[in-house]
Amino acid sequence: MDAEAIRRALQRIAHEIIEGNPQLSKVVLAGIPSRGVEIAQRIAAFIHRIENIDIETGVIDVAMHRDDVGTRPELPVVRASKLPLPLEERTVIIVDDVLYTGRTVRAAMDAINSFGRPARIQLAALVDRGHRELPIRPDYVGKNLPTSAAEKVRVRIGSAKEPDGVWVERT
Amino acid sequence: MSATIIRNGRVIDPANKRDEIADLLIVDGKITPLSQLSTLNPQPDEIDASNLIVCPGLIDMHVHLREPGFGHKETIDSGARAAAAGGFTTIVCMPNTSPVADNPSTIAWIRNRAAGACVNVLPTGAISKGLAGEELAPIGSLAQAGVVAITDDGHCVQNHELMRRAVEYARMVGVPVLDECRDYNLVGSGVVNEGYWSTLLGLPGWPAVGEEVIVMRNILLAELCDHQVHCLHLTTAGSVRLLREARGRGVKISGEVCPHHIALTDEAIQSFDTNYKMNPPLRAQVDVDALLEGIADGTLSVLASDHAPHADFEKEVEFDTAPFGIIGLETELSLFLHLLVHKHRKIDIVRLIEMYTVEPAKLLKLDAGTLSVGASADVTLLDLDLEWTVRADEFQSASRNSPFDGRKLKGRAVRTIVGGKTVWRL
Amino acid sequence: MKQRWNRKDLLGLRELSAEEITFILETADAFKEVGTREIKKVPALRGKTLVNFFVEPSTRTRTSFELAAVRLSADVINISASASSLAKGETLKDTARNLEALHADILVLRHSSAGAPQFLAQRLQASVINAGDGAHEHPTQALLDLYTIREKRGTIAGLHVAIIGDILFSRVARSNIFGLVKLGARVTLVGPSTLVPREFEKLGVEVSYKIDNVLPNADVVNLLRIQHERQRKEYFPGIGEYTRFFGLTKERAKLLKPDCLIMHPGPINRGVEIDSEVADGLQSVILDQVTNGLAVRMAVLYLCGGIAT
Repeated sequence: MDAEAIRRALQRIAHEIIEGNPQLSKVVLAGIPSRGVEIAQRIAAFIHRIENIDIETGVIDVAMHRDDVGTRPELPVVRASKLPLPLEERTVIIVDDVLYTGRTVRAAMDAINSFGRPARIQLAALVDRGHRELPIRPDYVGKNLPTSAAEKVRVRIGSAKEPDGVWVERT
Repeated sequence: MSATIIRNGRVIDPANKRDEIADLLIVDGKITPLSQLSTLNPQPDEIDASNLIVCPGLIDMHVHLREPGFGHKETIDSGARAAAAGGFTTIVCMPNTSPVADNPSTIAWIRNRAAGACVNVLPTGAISKGLAGEELAPIGSLAQAGVVAITDDGHCVQNHELMRRAVEYARMVGVPVLDECRDYNLVGSGVVNEGYWSTLLGLPGWPAVGEEVIVMRNILLAELCDHQVHCLHLTTAGSVRLLREARGRGVKISGEVCPHHIALTDEAIQSFDTNYKMNPPLRAQVDVDALLEGIADGTLSVLASDHAPHADFEKEVEFDTAPFGIIGLETELSLFLHLLVHKHRKIDIVRLIEMYTVEPAKLLKLDAGTLSVGASADVTLLDLDLEWTVRADEFQSASRNSPFDGRKLKGRAVRTIVGGKTVWRL
Repeated sequence: MKQRWNRKDLLGLRELSAEEITFILETADAFKEVGTREIKKVPALRGKTLVNFFVEPSTRTRTSFELAAVRLSADVINISASASSLAKGETLKDTARNLEALHADILVLRHSSAGAPQFLAQRLQASVINAGDGAHEHPTQALLDLYTIREKRGTIAGLHVAIIGDILFSRVARSNIFGLVKLGARVTLVGPSTLVPREFEKLGVEVSYKIDNVLPNADVVNLLRIQHERQRKEYFPGIGEYTRFFGLTKERAKLLKPDCLIMHPGPINRGVEIDSEVADGLQSVILDQVTNGLAVRMAVLYLCGGIAT
């Protein structure tokens, strides 16, 4: 995907969120660091442009909710989560760049639950590359990208130097 | 009759101002004139000493053999084997055993065990009963029982009046007084040199002045009583300065150096390895430099190990609860050769041998430390240039508490002969 | 990205780089946020077993570590000196090896001997966290002090921090000195000359015996507890004279800059090293230190305990 394709995909996700959530003011876009945060802000900007509503965004850190600490060679860097509170009666949309096994989303849902009990949780991903290991499916997808497990999906977004893009690398 | 001839060695015998390539003849355990060689039948066994130094058997006047009482650390037998492996034919053991060597029967027990050891083991007796520093031990009876000196080593008599009487009494009896210089109040619970590293690591400091105060005391008492006081294992620049001044005035005071106090500084303790914990502690570089100067100018006249064996389980504990001390018999000669003769070039090999033979023999009035005709054939063969690596697991000692395991050294003893018999060879 | 943490043990701040210290503080930021959640617990160390092994009495440090471990979902066992076998003559090494045989993953050690954590870290697979060893180091206390200063003042570099009290016997002082100097603060030690020997200047700090000259220039004053149990009559003449010369009294507190932070590792001796009103005053961040201690200890447990072994 080039920068324009990404822009169109995020704009479409914004439209879908608007259609799917009649009470837009109750929606929170919670980005998973670091690229999910940038994507959430862009979607929020599209919604603002389309509906002239400022929806709230937040950060949901998953590192301390992972189930594989102590087994990875590198310890994930933890960051502070930031969500508008209380979450009760809100719809939290988890925003990530690439949806893969679903484990990160599972961790994000656990993290959100520790802040309170939202009315519902939805999931938006720029890219869905398949290979799910948990019963999780996205509500909003920018692009379905069939891949093999040996491949890596690279996302660059919000870089000051280079244009946005999504591409596949063989490892 | 048994006879051995040591051929072509560099014979160094400081007592006789001898340093030449020569043969040395031993007959029936005594040094014998070469002129008798032709009369011998059969011809003697030959030892080739080409490129080796042949010197009087070395004397370490400061070792702890732990018997009676602490045979799990060392025995008189294992300590003697360690001594032989280090090039020593005579060792002097300290009285801090259990029971304390403060009575003639304990001395008799030690001498009895020593008779079966492979080197000459000479006991010292305590200054005070139970090393408690309160009442004099029976110094005269100890001397009759055969001690070569009195000392409370492992402890230090704090009562200056008691120490004064001990020195006066020892003069009458004719034995020198050896003292570990440590002021209990100033040292307190100190475990490492008070200075940069103790400050940094928060370990209780053992200040230099805690040694120097007692060195000064001993100088004054040696002068007052006109009798020999020997300061064991000196470590500080101040001690060297005090001793230099006093010896310059002819006071009967002497001092000794242990190899670890010039091989290491207190920087080593940052690992919290208890093999760097000894009493007195490792000092700073300025102190090491002063000790080297003291050795060079004769202020410090005796080299010794303060061989202090401890079992692994005793040393492998928290730093401030670990016992003080390291073993040294099997590394001391090499460390001194390496550091004093090769590296810092502070003294030559002749003086080093003198400090290990003539000096302690004179101090303790021993009939040892020379290759004079008729002397007991205690002989050490040295290879001054042999490079080797210390392997603690190959030690003869029953203990392994050495900080020098793995260290590369130059020079060592290659054969040790006691009374004409080889008791150890490399 | 280069791995910013690869230590299984936290033994002291002397061995850490400025980058490593900063990384712990940043990680603590994330864990501080967890304390604001409705459910103050994350699964980061689920399944790990932490042993609080306190061979010297302590309530607040042990409690802080325990709560930090609980919030990370680790299982916690507390062992104190009186309950442990050490009283029965078992060596530290044997006791620790027994704990490891029970599959303890993290050992938090408080011990009266300097170097005891190093001793165990060299011999155990488990992570060893130093919760104070003799007069040597108390790294998590210094980290929470650094965290609090950074939180309140935005930075540490360039600040002037006065550490006042019994420096000689203080592990808190040593860890603070190492951390503050690495992060670029100017440090002045203040206290009786017997408890603040000049030797400390070699650690890159200043030494002063005149508190009234130091207070007006300080951005932070960290008051150390005058330890009654260690108070030996040969070190200073008495509590009364200490307070007269070095106590942060109401009158002396007027010398401080208005934004100067007042810190104390606790427990406070009110009326000895600090007047009660000053301890409870607006400049005091003593309770923030306690809150931040939890976040810092969560960060340390996460970093040391989460690393793959």
